[in-house]
Amino acid sequence: MRNVATITWLTFHEAWRRWVVVIALLLGALFVALFALGVEFILNESRPRINIGAGGQLVLFAGSFLVLAGLYVVHFLTIMLSIMAAIDAISGEITSHTIQTIVTKPIVRSQVVLGKWLGYAAMLIVYIGLLTGGVLGTVHVILGFDPPNAWAAFALFTLEALVLLSLSLLLGTRVSTLANGIGLFMLYGLAFIGSWVEQIASLPGLNAQSAIRLGQIPSLFMPVETLWRRVAYLLEPASLRQFGGNSPFSAISVPDPSIVTYAACYVVVTLGLAMWSFNRRDL
Amino acid sequence: MAEWVIETGGLWKQYRRKVAVTDLTLTVPPGEVFGFLGPNGAGKSTAIKMLLGLVRPSGGSARVLGHPPGHRATMARVGFLPEHFRFHTWMTATELLTLHSRLYGMDRATTVRRIPKLLEQVGLADQAGRPIAGFSKGMIQRIGLAQALLNRPALVFLDEPTSALDPLGRRLVRSIIHDLKAGGTTVFLNSHLLGEVEATCDRVAFIKAGRVLRTLPLHELEAGRLRVELRVDAVTPALLAALDALPLERLTAAVAADSEPGPESEAGRIITALHSGDTVTLLLTDEAVLPLIAERTLASGARLYALTPHRPSLEQLFLEIVGAEDSGQ
Repeated sequence: MRNVATITWLTFHEAWRRWVVVIALLLGALFVALFALGVEFILNESRPRINIGAGGQLVLFAGSFLVLAGLYVVHFLTIMLSIMAAIDAISGEITSHTIQTIVTKPIVRSQVVLGKWLGYAAMLIVYIGLLTGGVLGTVHVILGFDPPNAWAAFALFTLEALVLLSLSLLLGTRVSTLANGIGLFMLYGLAFIGSWVEQIASLPGLNAQSAIRLGQIPSLFMPVETLWRRVAYLLEPASLRQFGGNSPFSAISVPDPSIVTYAACYVVVTLGLAMWSFNRRDL
Repeated sequence: MAEWVIETGGLWKQYRRKVAVTDLTLTVPPGEVFGFLGPNGAGKSTAIKMLLGLVRPSGGSARVLGHPPGHRATMARVGFLPEHFRFHTWMTATELLTLHSRLYGMDRATTVRRIPKLLEQVGLADQAGRPIAGFSKGMIQRIGLAQALLNRPALVFLDEPTSALDPLGRRLVRSIIHDLKAGGTTVFLNSHLLGEVEATCDRVAFIKAGRVLRTLPLHELEAGRLRVELRVDAVTPALLAALDALPLERLTAAVAADSEPGPESEAGRIITALHSGDTVTLLLTDEAVLPLIAERTLASGARLYALTPHRPSLEQLFLEIVGAEDSGQ
């Protein structure tokens, strides 16, 4: 366990010393500030025309819309950051031969993978927590609106990050950083398109089952968009869900809760494969 | 203590279609400084990687410090300076050594004592707090050497340890290798610099096309394979006949001007001879033949101008065993 902790410490230290943490925090703060200003301006400038009274139906509507809009950006940033964070973690050290002096110590190679995974996971979880908290806090302070299931939404965002992190580490044990990046972004692109095919095919009146099934296939390989739609569903108040959501970010096709179990298993299996693959490869 | 620190038998490695190591069969006893020589692309680095568990052999057997390569308990007693040394450049020298001491499982008190001594030993004492990003290639090689010695290893693999060093740095590495030997550490040295190997190694293995061609103790290099130049007024058939008739010896190679040295004679004393104009070159395995050569030369009627023995260098031996053609790699 000491070896895993050492690699986790190294991972965190590297992110800190190479300004990754500072830049991410600064830009994250800028995002929350921009979001808060945007919400404030929207409300101030619409007040003369629309009366948004505290606790009213309009607060519910506006609050839910703004939360989903803000958290959609958090979802997108989570995907980008999770891919970018670990894309070079293994393959970069193999290419630069840095890994040779690490794995020739009394350490099991899988400990290197696990240590890096824990380091990046901890940083991503804290960062996602700050961004999610920033969006929800802003809407709470300015509008007095609190969406349901905020903690569940945070947990699913975390799961999104862990899915990408684990897959990034797995690919990094076998392919170059460039191939890893292209592979992950293309897989995400497929999942994104698949998700929208599923959403559109699920529109009331269409209900195109073949298209829905086709759209679900990419999610099996990259379940992050499905997780986002589960988040969107959970965050919308029940009174709005019956109308099929009130924003472009709402879930029309609501994923089954079993997607969460699937994604959790996906993380465990992918991480296990990453450790196995790194154990077996020549360096 | 195990009889051999490193023991391999028929170890080989194939990458898809390319065979990197064909047959690595060698033994290294404790406390020896073992040189590993071969042309570029001979499979030296792959061989070292197999011994360290970085590369999985395709077949054959290997034991390092009594265990299979890469065994965790073994690696706690092994130090390694890779050929392509790269480190986390955002770290300072002290931070890097601290990281590697943690990976070795060293306790904090030992680490705190050991690091300044090692930095002093590799000549980086005044660079302890400086980020490695600002280090020259030679300084990185020195810090790499320090990390390989952190755990007071029983066995150190040094893969081209002086490739980036200036003459002072090379002398430092030679001195460190001598210190390691004095302390009973086994050193496995892979170097292109034959002078370095000659100055530090007890024994050398010559590898070509992934196969160990020959293993030779360097003291044998010093004691045997004496090349003698015999300069006379003229090389006559009578002289060659006199040399050929030396008791116990037999000239096995044709005495032609351009002939290559031939195989050793059965008696093994005079190996071969070449002659050109007024000079005959003889290869001996025994210095005691020298006076006899002088006597026979004079007895044949030739006028002897010079009888000069030359010790062959490791480079000559390398070229003889491995071959002179450039691998182009």
